[in-house]
Amino acid sequence: MMYIISLAGLGLAGLIETGLLAMTPLALAAVGECLNEQAGTVNVGMEGIFLITAVLGVYWAEVFESGLWGLLLGAATGAFIGLVFGLVCVYGKANQVVAGMGLNIFALGFGPYLLMSIWAFPGIHVFRHELMFLPQQFTIWGASFAISAVTVAAIIIAVLAYLLLHRTLLGIRIRAAGENPIAVDVAGVSVGHVRLLMCVVGGALAGLGGAFMPLAWFGAATKEISAGRGFIALAAVVFAGLDPLLALVAAFIFGFAEGLAFTVVVTPGVKEVVPFYFVQMAPYVVTLLILTAAIGGKRFPRASGKPYVRE
Amino acid sequence: MSKQLTATLRPVTESAVAVVIGLVAGALLMLAFGYNPVQAYVWLFVGAFGSTAGILESLAFATPLMVTAVTFAVGVRAALFNIGAEGQMYLGAIGAVIVGGTMLLPAGIHPIAATIFGMCLGALWALPAAILKIWRGVHEVVSTIMLNWVAFYFVTFLVRTYLGEPGRAERAIPALPTARYPVLGETLTAIIFVVLAFCVAVAILLWRTGIGFELRLVGDNPEAAKYAGASSSRAILLSFAVGGLAAGLAGASQVLGRPPSWTIYATLGNLLNLGFDGIGVALIGRNHPVGGVFAAIFYGGLMNGGRYMEYHVGVASELVDAINGIIVIALAMPEIVAIIRRRRES
Repeated sequence: MMYIISLAGLGLAGLIETGLLAMTPLALAAVGECLNEQAGTVNVGMEGIFLITAVLGVYWAEVFESGLWGLLLGAATGAFIGLVFGLVCVYGKANQVVAGMGLNIFALGFGPYLLMSIWAFPGIHVFRHELMFLPQQFTIWGASFAISAVTVAAIIIAVLAYLLLHRTLLGIRIRAAGENPIAVDVAGVSVGHVRLLMCVVGGALAGLGGAFMPLAWFGAATKEISAGRGFIALAAVVFAGLDPLLALVAAFIFGFAEGLAFTVVVTPGVKEVVPFYFVQMAPYVVTLLILTAAIGGKRFPRASGKPYVRE
Repeated sequence: MSKQLTATLRPVTESAVAVVIGLVAGALLMLAFGYNPVQAYVWLFVGAFGSTAGILESLAFATPLMVTAVTFAVGVRAALFNIGAEGQMYLGAIGAVIVGGTMLLPAGIHPIAATIFGMCLGALWALPAAILKIWRGVHEVVSTIMLNWVAFYFVTFLVRTYLGEPGRAERAIPALPTARYPVLGETLTAIIFVVLAFCVAVAILLWRTGIGFELRLVGDNPEAAKYAGASSSRAILLSFAVGGLAAGLAGASQVLGRPPSWTIYATLGNLLNLGFDGIGVALIGRNHPVGGVFAAIFYGGLMNGGRYMEYHVGVASELVDAINGIIVIALAMPEIVAIIRRRRES
């Protein structure tokens, strides 16, 4: 595989760099969604959180004159959306898939509405380059790599999420809230609070991922910026069977597919042979193929996706 | 009030409450950015329903939504969350371009042939999701979204290469005059009758036939369906197939029955989001093909009036999509109407 890539004249370093960039938002949202679903709420609105926080992240960055603040407040915005979603699901006893899809449709309109209302320009906003949260350069074995601090953070967060779920009391409560909410309730812990907390955490991680796309990767906020990545993150979660570490691996595979597509698109000699549009399909086709191959034998929490009603 | 009447009115009340919540939330969003919501809504509703021309235009906007709503509704009836109308609709449109734009057929047969071909391509695009669901248990939310994006790039590719109009890079080959449905007024064409007939046919299929009963049984109560010997695979396949035909019809309607373009723009700009909007329309119409027709007229009005709102008050017309999303979220919560009713009783 690597041999073919280098033979085709694609830069390996560039491929890994793009792959890691593409992995980051997927990994953040996927880890967040793992925590979310472990506690019993399925949020299919990750795409919507991406779309909103990508625009608002840029807005915050411009207000506070800093890409880092843009990322952090993007995460805060995501946390707020997660909170609202959690309230709707826990106290509104909503059908979670419908509510999540509602969030996606809302964002589909709200993103462009924000772009128009804030910058009075349709569809795209290019911000000042100084506001970019640029990756750091590293030299490994003589080769120079650029890795974003957010990518490193995403990997650490995935490990922390795993430890949280399997090594702490809160982790036991989270998993029980998804598996057997009555037991949590009987033990005197509020199922609603546990689920709400995880919705906020999941939203914050997706928000960080959303703000990451314009501020640390593309350099502009556009109306369809996430291009289905929120759903690819959901696919990663399904593939991982709700395990944050496996979700990280899945995000890396999907990110790599996207990096490959990007690299092919810009490489002279290759871009003339392979039609651009087919290259762009690659991440989605890869997602479908991996899901087809990988599903089966996965067990999901019994009460996940259902509102908890005390009897 | 008789029980029967209450039972019919209840979903209507629920939808009305959700719509009001959506409009109020939309007004709050406008206030937050310094627009005048009263002025905006007046322009919106006057533009949409204030004149005959406005009503005809709103119906033209509603036409594709009536059928993309069927895609989602017929999925829900089989307990599926089929959000693939978007991609299936693109395929329907390109099918209509292939037969309607590149083939020479007699006037009477041409639009029918192009419509049917578009519908079949739509159904074909729904098939992988159905097969993956039955064979591998892949969740349809993920598979249909992935297929949507593949369809987007595939159709964009065709429109910009083989099916592009020579000398006009911005669009595909338009439907030939023989393939076009007659214009009824403004941009409304006779394809609305095909769409309405399709909605009624799906309602009959679901509530008056054996396979329709099986589909709803699998959706309502999979355990009971198993004991009754109903085939869930057949129900899933039927649901995706009917949904794909519906979405294909929606796409075809934009090529064969929507002046002034009669084709697909290279950005797919005249198709984008018609499938996703159908989800909201289906939910407002309580996942009934006929309820969806009324919901589509309401939502088509919002889309049409949204342009007047944008022109006169400066509010981006995309706000209409945001309102739709809030309506969907409100409808996801069965508690809302219950809470209101309890308040009123106490």
